[in-house]
This record gives sequence, C-alpha cells and structure tokens, in this order.
Amino acid sequence: MKALRAHVGMELRLSLRQGEQLLVSIGIPLLLLVFFSLVDVLPKPAGVTAPVDFLTPGIVALAIMSSAMVSLGIGTGFERQYGVLKRLGATPLGRPRLVAAKILMVLVLQAMQLAVLLSTAAALGWRPSGGMALLPVAVVAGTAAFAGIGLYLAGTLRGVANLAVCNGLYLVLLLFGGMIVPLDRLPDALETAARLLPSAALSEVVGGTLGNATISTQAWVVLVVWALGAPTLAAARFRWHPAP
Amino acid sequence: MAATADSNDGTSPHDMPTDMPTDMPTGCDGRREPFDTKSDGVNPSVGPAIEVQDLVVRYGGRATGEVVAVDGVSFDVHPGEVLALLGPNGAGKTSTVEVLEGFRTPSSGTVRVLGLEPSAQHAQLMPHIGVMLQEGGVYPAGRPREVLELFAAYYDDPADPAELLDRVGLTERATATWRNMSGGEQQRLALALALVGRPRVVFLDEPTAGIDPTGRQLIRSVIAELRTDGVAVLLTTHDLDEVERLADQVVIIDHGRVLANGAPVDLMRSQPSDEIRFGAPAALDAAALAHHLGVDADAVREVTPGEYVVAVTPSPKHVAAVTAWLAEHDLPLADLRAGRQSLEDVFLRLTESAKASELVRSASAAAPTHAGSGARTRGQARRSGRSGRSR
Repeated sequence: MKALRAHVGMELRLSLRQGEQLLVSIGIPLLLLVFFSLVDVLPKPAGVTAPVDFLTPGIVALAIMSSAMVSLGIGTGFERQYGVLKRLGATPLGRPRLVAAKILMVLVLQAMQLAVLLSTAAALGWRPSGGMALLPVAVVAGTAAFAGIGLYLAGTLRGVANLAVCNGLYLVLLLFGGMIVPLDRLPDALETAARLLPSAALSEVVGGTLGNATISTQAWVVLVVWALGAPTLAAARFRWHPAP
Repeated sequence: MAATADSNDGTSPHDMPTDMPTDMPTGCDGRREPFDTKSDGVNPSVGPAIEVQDLVVRYGGRATGEVVAVDGVSFDVHPGEVLALLGPNGAGKTSTVEVLEGFRTPSSGTVRVLGLEPSAQHAQLMPHIGVMLQEGGVYPAGRPREVLELFAAYYDDPADPAELLDRVGLTERATATWRNMSGGEQQRLALALALVGRPRVVFLDEPTAGIDPTGRQLIRSVIAELRTDGVAVLLTTHDLDEVERLADQVVIIDHGRVLANGAPVDLMRSQPSDEIRFGAPAALDAAALAHHLGVDADAVREVTPGEYVVAVTPSPKHVAAVTAWLAEHDLPLADLRAGRQSLEDVFLRLTESAKASELVRSASAAAPTHAGSGARTRGQARRSGRSGRSR
C-alpha cells in the first residue's frame, strides 16, 4: 500500500510538473471550450442553439483522451526510453502495482479536468439535462480505450516517435471525433469511418449521459470494442526495456 | 578471497562519513550476517550469494542470425566479496548481469541469486538486490530526494533517504532534476537508488563510467563499505585500476567465454613478464640505453611517449643498470615495474590472444592469408573472421 501510494504521488507530480502535459490535459480543452463558446463560429448540430451545449460533452471526451492517451502515453514512452521501466523492474514494486498506479494517476487527473471543465461550462451557461448516471461508465470505458492506444504506442515506439504519433493522433481523433465539429458536417464516407473511432463513440456516449440524448447502440459497441481491444493489444505488444 | 580488501588507496571507511546502515545483525567476524532467516524463500544457508554455472545466453532469430552473447560462463560470488566482470565491449558482461537481475532467462545453464532463480522467482528476489543500470533508470523530471524517497517506499526496511543522499554527496542537489544533473551526479544518484533497499546483493554495471575522480573515489569507498557489511557485489567495469584496488575476484570474459578467473594479485602473478617497464621523459635515446645495458638496440622500446619497455630479465642487476643510466643523465624516473604485470597488461594479453586464436581458427577455415607483417596478417584474418561469422 505504501509503495502504491508513493508511486501514484510520483506519477501525479510528474504529470502536473510538466508544462506540456498540463497544456494538453487541461490547457487545450479549456481554451477550446471557452473560445468556441464565446465565439460562435463552429457549426452546431440541428436543434442546438448555444455553442456551449454542443461543446461541453465533446470537450469532456477530449479531456479523457488527453489524459489517458497523450499524457499517459508520452510519459510512459519516455520512461521506457530512459530505462525507468527497466529499473523499476528491479525493485519490489512489480508490474501490477505500476499499472495500478498509472490507472489511479489518470483517474485523479481526470477528476481534476472534469472539475475545471464542468464548472467552466456551467459558468458559460451550460446545464446538464441528462442524469449523468452513465458518465462514470463512459469515463472508464473511454479511459481504457485511450490508455490502451497510448500504452501500445509507448511500448512499441521510441520516445520521440511516440511523442509525434501521439500528438498527431490526438489531432486526428479530435477533428474526426465529433468533439468540436459535429460528425454530420463531415462528408458521408468520412462520417461513416469516423463513427468507428473511439473519440466519436466516446463523445456521443458522453453527450448522451450529459444531455439526455439517445445513444446509438453502435456508439456503445464501438467504445466497448476499443476499451477491450486496445488494452489487450498493448498488453501483448508492450516492451518494457528501451528500444536498442 | 579478500586479497586487496584492506590495501585500497584511502578509500578505507574512516576517510568517509560512515552513515551507511550499521544496525544489521553482525556475525562473529564483524560482517553483517549474509542471510537472515526470514521465511521469504531466500536461501537461509551459508553459501554463495551468486552462483553462475555454465550460463549460455543466445539472442536473435531467423532474420539476424543467432548470436551467442554468453557461452558457458561460471563463477560464484560470496557474501562480502566484490567480483569484477571484465571484458571488451560486447564481451557478454551486461547480458550476464541482466540474467542475474532477472531481466533475461538463460538459454541454458543455472543461475541462482540468494538461492533463487532470478527470472522465475523475480518477486521474491527483488527486495534483496540493488541494481545500477549502465545508464538511465530515473525519471528525467525526477529530483534526487523525491526519487530516493519513492524507491524507499518500495521496501519494508529501507535506508534513510536523507542519509543516503548525504553519503553520495547530493544533498545540495536534492531538488535538481535528473535531466539537469551532470553524468557524475546521475551515477551517484543511481548508486544511492541501488542501496536504498539495504540489498544483500548489488549489481553495478559500469558504475564509474564518465565520472570525475572525486565521484570515482566516492563510489569506490561505498563499494568497500558494502563488502565490509557482507554484501555481495558484482560490478562490470573498464577501469582496471579500480579493479586492482577493489575486487576480490576478477572474471575476464571475451566473446562470452571466461578467459581467466581469480584474485587480481594471482592473475598478475600468474603472468610473469620478461621485461622492465619504466616511465621517464619522452624521446630518450633508446639506443644509448640499450648500448649501456649491453643488449640489442631494439630491446629498448618507447611503447607510448614517456613509457619504456626493456626486454631483459627483470633482475636486480638490470634494474640497477637502468636506474644508473637515468641517474647518469640526470633524468627523473616516474614509475618502475619489473617482472610483474599490471592487470591491464594481463587483460590485454588475454583478450588479444583470445582474438588471435580465434583468428587462427577462422583463418584456417577461410582462404589462406598471405604472409606479411604479423599485424597485417592479423588484420586480414580478423576481416575474414567477421565475414565468416556474418554469413
């Protein structure tokens, strides 16, 4: 317990200490939320009048993706490259506790993100109309999916390549994830493809739980498949030692 | 085997603050009892802390061809003993250490650390070993104090992080980040991390690489203290001077095979040299000295600027003649060694002759090389040996 607590603390301090990590996990989602809520230039889905009502679920989904995929993935990739994971392998910490510490770190980070983003959205006039009962399920499923992707990249690519791929993927998943641009504004073929992405599925599910909209079965299925498949792939392919 | 234990150069414990953990049970010889009887599967009997028997490590697959990194290595390290694993780059040192740390499984052979199989009984073994990797191993944004405290939290009975930080001279750098620390500071922190769990076996992979003389001295004194505390230490290094001062046992390996194994003093004695070596100002008149000694002109050679080798029996008479000639010309004498080799000489001779015998093997297998100067033949043979291996 002492080891786990100490390790969660270290993981949290490291992610909060690094400016670029904070920028990705809190800065960018907050900026997008405030800017596009105040500057009404983005297309909105039919029936939505205030931009903040469309943006809030998408930005919550974005925040989950940022902490689980980008923050965790880049941090772990560099830890692998610098031999930290290898060195930890020669301590009594053990892989189960290391993985548990990383999961807890991400969950704590997400609680902080949600507190900041939801209170900002409320200040901008957003009110939840859904019961939010399924929000924790959406958060856990989304975290599993994105952490799986982030750890797969971290465990197979070199540090800098991992950094580049993580950031590139972040942008693609953001643009094709229904987070700031509604999916129905995409060309049909692109929209169909985008609906298979974990980001689109997560924003639809979060939108449903926050806004009392119906969630398509497809969104749940896509999200669950990613939530199971990506961590499985990561566990199978993860390399703990630095690339030679 | 403690041949050089007490003769090392000012690294005796009194020179340094002795704030290493001392509250461990001690045996009748004042050393820490090597094994306690905790029921954690750790071998309670007295025996080697590290046992390596016919270890073979193979790498690679169909694409790259199989490489045998370690090829039948055996040695033991007892509690309170320092073993230095020497060898050229790529000799198999790190592969051997990684098997002992549980990072790799042996292709064949047996390996035990504290009676446990390192990869299969990894979790049981980890609380008892300390590891210093060849490089890295610490969060780039981590700070010495917090990282040491973090590692301390992994163990049931850790050493005091603050004392340890002081011991390795990092108290004033306690809040610097790893990425902003010098190579020497990083090495010292890595050493402290290896010790924070009060290990009974310590693996140090090139602990003094890229470190300044003060840091080197400090690391040597810490290793000497570990030995006094009954810890078994396995270190790999290229610093032969360090080994001469510090190691109880030396294992020289090359191409994965043991070339020699023994106490440094015994290894140096076992290779008597028929020469006198001395240091003096560069560019002396070697021919004049040879004439004075009554030997052939080419018997006196300046092997590196300021270092001379005289190929004569290292008798007192010849030594006297050399020093007399220097005195006559009013020349200073920097160093004088007769009939005994440094560990470096032994190392070079063994690894060179291993290379040469391999060359003979590969040369006889390949097309015959043209006789030329010895060096050229050797160079050609080496090339043919390489291409032979890569096929």
